Amino acid sequence: MIRFILLQNRQGKTRLAKYYVPLEDSEKHKVEYEVHRLVVNRDPKFTNFVEFRTHKVIYRRYAGLFFSMCVDITDNELAYLECIHLFVEILDHFFSNVCELDLVFNFHKVYLILDEFILAGELQETSKRAIIERMGELENIYFRAMRFAIVILHLVSKI
Amino acid sequence: MATPPLPSSTSTTTSVLSTASSLADSLFQRSLDDLIKSLRSDPSSEPSIISRALSEIQREIRSSDPLTKSIALQKLTYLSSLHFHPMSFAAFHTLELLPSLSPQTKRLAYLAASLSFHPSTTDLLPLATHQLHKDLTSLSNPSSSPFLPSLALHLLSLASSADLSSHLAPDLVPLLSRSSPLQPKAVAATYRVLSLCPSTVPVLFKPLVDCLSSDNPLTVSAAVGAFCELSAAPNDPAPYLPLAPEIYRVLVNSRSNWTLIKALKIFSRLVPLEPRLGSRIVEPICKFLCESQAKSLVLECIKTVVTCLHTHTEAMRLAIDKIKELLSSDDDPNLRYLGLQTLGMLAPGHLWALEESREVVAQSLTDPDRSICHEALRVMMAMTLQENSIENCTLLVRQAAKSDPEFANEILDSVLSLCSKDFYELVVDFDWYVSLLGKMVRIVHCTKGDEISRQLVDIGLRVRDVRPELVRVARELLIDPSLLGNHFLYNVLSAAAWISGEYVEFSKDPMELVEALLQPRTSLLPTSARAVYIQSVFKVLTFSCNSYIDENSSLLNDTIIARMLSLIEMTVGPLAESEEAEVEDRVMNLLGVVRLVANIKDLSGDKDKDGMIYEVVRAMYDLFSDEMGPVSANAQKKISVPEDLDLKENLDDLSEFMSDNDTTMSRSNPSILFYPQSRNTSEEVEVGPSRVAESTSLEEHRKRHGLYYLSADKESAEPELTKDYPRVNETLPPSNGDTARRVKVTKPRPTVVKLDEGEDLAASSSLSTKVEVAKDDTLSGAIKEVLLGRKGNGASSGFDASSSSQGKGKDKVKGKEIKSKKSEDGESKDRHKGRRKHKHKKETMPPVSVAQETPVIQDFLL
Repeated sequence: MIRFILLQNRQGKTRLAKYYVPLEDSEKHKVEYEVHRLVVNRDPKFTNFVEFRTHKVIYRRYAGLFFSMCVDITDNELAYLECIHLFVEILDHFFSNVCELDLVFNFHKVYLILDEFILAGELQETSKRAIIERMGELENIYFRAMRFAIVILHLVSKI
Repeated sequence: MATPPLPSSTSTTTSVLSTASSLADSLFQRSLDDLIKSLRSDPSSEPSIISRALSEIQREIRSSDPLTKSIALQKLTYLSSLHFHPMSFAAFHTLELLPSLSPQTKRLAYLAASLSFHPSTTDLLPLATHQLHKDLTSLSNPSSSPFLPSLALHLLSLASSADLSSHLAPDLVPLLSRSSPLQPKAVAATYRVLSLCPSTVPVLFKPLVDCLSSDNPLTVSAAVGAFCELSAAPNDPAPYLPLAPEIYRVLVNSRSNWTLIKALKIFSRLVPLEPRLGSRIVEPICKFLCESQAKSLVLECIKTVVTCLHTHTEAMRLAIDKIKELLSSDDDPNLRYLGLQTLGMLAPGHLWALEESREVVAQSLTDPDRSICHEALRVMMAMTLQENSIENCTLLVRQAAKSDPEFANEILDSVLSLCSKDFYELVVDFDWYVSLLGKMVRIVHCTKGDEISRQLVDIGLRVRDVRPELVRVARELLIDPSLLGNHFLYNVLSAAAWISGEYVEFSKDPMELVEALLQPRTSLLPTSARAVYIQSVFKVLTFSCNSYIDENSSLLNDTIIARMLSLIEMTVGPLAESEEAEVEDRVMNLLGVVRLVANIKDLSGDKDKDGMIYEVVRAMYDLFSDEMGPVSANAQKKISVPEDLDLKENLDDLSEFMSDNDTTMSRSNPSILFYPQSRNTSEEVEVGPSRVAESTSLEEHRKRHGLYYLSADKESAEPELTKDYPRVNETLPPSNGDTARRVKVTKPRPTVVKLDEGEDLAASSSLSTKVEVAKDDTLSGAIKEVLLGRKGNGASSGFDASSSSQGKGKDKVKGKEIKSKKSEDGESKDRHKGRRKHKHKKETMPPVSVAQETPVIQDFLL
């Protein structure tokens, strides 16, 4: 089971944090700090798995961002490494050559993507195509209304 | 639950109209983009921007316009999740927005809720029950969006409490049963609900099991995943045995690697309970091992084979080949790490495989990557037996000398604990081990002084034959002045001093010892160590005087003895003024004896054996020559108080003198005799005050010399306090009489003696396991009853059980008895449909139910 997913940059700023186990805010802060310290000091030639408290953190670095997933000790590490890669591929496809700034400005969309393929700490969907299709539909529903409202606002303000 | 009063219904059109009235506000409301841009533009003033934004948000979120509210909520979500601001003040507003018709607002509200709601911090969660219920069942309403339930499912799985889950469980059932894109999500949410609230088991379990046989591969995958999590430790995997045939079918038919991995995990937990399952799954596993391209699947197969399919040699051989392949992949450190990990899992049964890969393991110890080093250390530990213990431990200690402080201490820790297990079972050559301990002390970053000193003393007490070597090692440690400054090592040094004093008869040069013990740098030591040093000097002195008188030592001629005495007087003299009572006490003793025997060299040539000096020396020597073992901490309790002893008498006098400071007692109250070591307490058999003195001085002694007492938490079986020593020769240790293993040993292993223990370790450990077995968890019990009830009568018994258990499910105190009664119910209905008498049978359920399950599986498997 995935306990949490963190996206952090090299300086330690969290770009995305999704927890699948209940944690207090102060604990969350501590956890993010510890994971960052653990992960940022490792050489690229080292393994992608580190022990963290009584669990494991599986991480990978893509450009300036560290994608970390904390899983149970008995979980299969290679499978979760694939899971991280799948997530990155989907982000890439959705935002067209995603960069860190995209993630910053569209954080609610990133949450939407994440929720689409991981629920309750378990991987739901492994097909990239299916997720992207679903995302397209969802985007229409959720964000069309918003755009509509904003357009009206602008029109009204011009009156 | 009554619906709370919510603001008037909203739709996109009405929100636009009402925008006109709150235009002023909206025009000036900053959107999320603005917020982020302002945060990024000026990093230094971030706190002020955030606080300004927070005050804006607090104002905006109270407005009645849902659009404003939702944008405010969005900004707050951003700030909360990435900048750690508590958003619990917005919980009610979030709930207000949950029912909105606009999908965008709804989505925002759900996102905020799932990120910030927490059963322990949010009491408002039950208010959302009705809304969640509406959303979960909204599929029946054709005009609503098909994705609404997924929002509710997310919130349910992340933030629900047991109450909420039990109320909403029935709503999950229709989602589970129809094949929609939502089915896998419903399965995942169901697993969460089940683990939070076992009383929902009767309602949810059956649909969950049906999902295993669904057409949608995603559903199957989710269902297998759910069972994998449910059967994980610390839960009991036994109730899921009846599902084995269906999971086997999934294992054989599924194409998805994820599903297969999860199914294998479940089997690795079920096979130990039911070994015949092992022979069924061996074939598919071997197929995967040979053919699969996916490394993750191969890894999972290896893990499953190694943990539970020991008896199937073909599969084991395949797995071991694959492990060797993993170990030899030079370019990918991940694979090497996993290879080491799985190699370690082979440990007790297949040590030959570990031996074959010894080179790789030894090399991995030097790897720059810390994780790999750890794994290599663990594998080394696992493969160390008596035969290769010397080799391995030497290698490890050498490696520790080269590593960084943390890893070095870890290595030392594991070597120390491994070698001292079971009274040093692994150690055959104690001389080598003792010198290894000495080498460990020299390692620069060593912080394991306590453990090393404990072991040195322990070995000295138990193993007679090694005492000469021990004294040699101790001498080396004492002579070296550089060690005196290291404050981690003072324990080791005091142990070394004690050893050289106690076993001085094995030392080659007592004068050298005395010089080492009295060197000037010893002033750097803490008081406790100094006290031990001085006492050792005392012992060495008496030994030397005695041998001088007997003239049986060539080293101790007149000059040397004279020098010794003058050295002692010179160095120890000033300490008589010391403020530390213990040091002062011993110094006084020592100086007293020194002055008494000051003219000892006058005796040389003089055969007058009756002189006073002679008597003093003989008496002192006799004093120290009896070997006394340590006394168990519970020894005093073992003695039953004799009937004519009144311990309360005379204690009133003592209460005046009783204080926290131990030393005042010894000086001011002469009726309590106090000796530095409890040598004479064995001789005192007077009843009354001296008995009191004995018990208190024993405690005092124990307080000061706690290091040298065996820690006995458990009661010892022997009734006698001082007679334990002769008994020692009777109890033989678990030394190896197993000649088959001793191939290369040149000299027999010395006997390791057990001292004053005899605790019943077996009884205490069995007590603890009994307690664990007695603790049944309600989830597995509930599942058991559902499965057994289901196989028998189908619907009727299931519903009967569910209606009664839902009432009692929350009462965990009586849960166990009720569960067993209910499962009796189900089972008796299977067998005797009419009879109700068996309801009140005694609790013989557990063994019977297990027996019931085996025929169930047999039908399917065969």
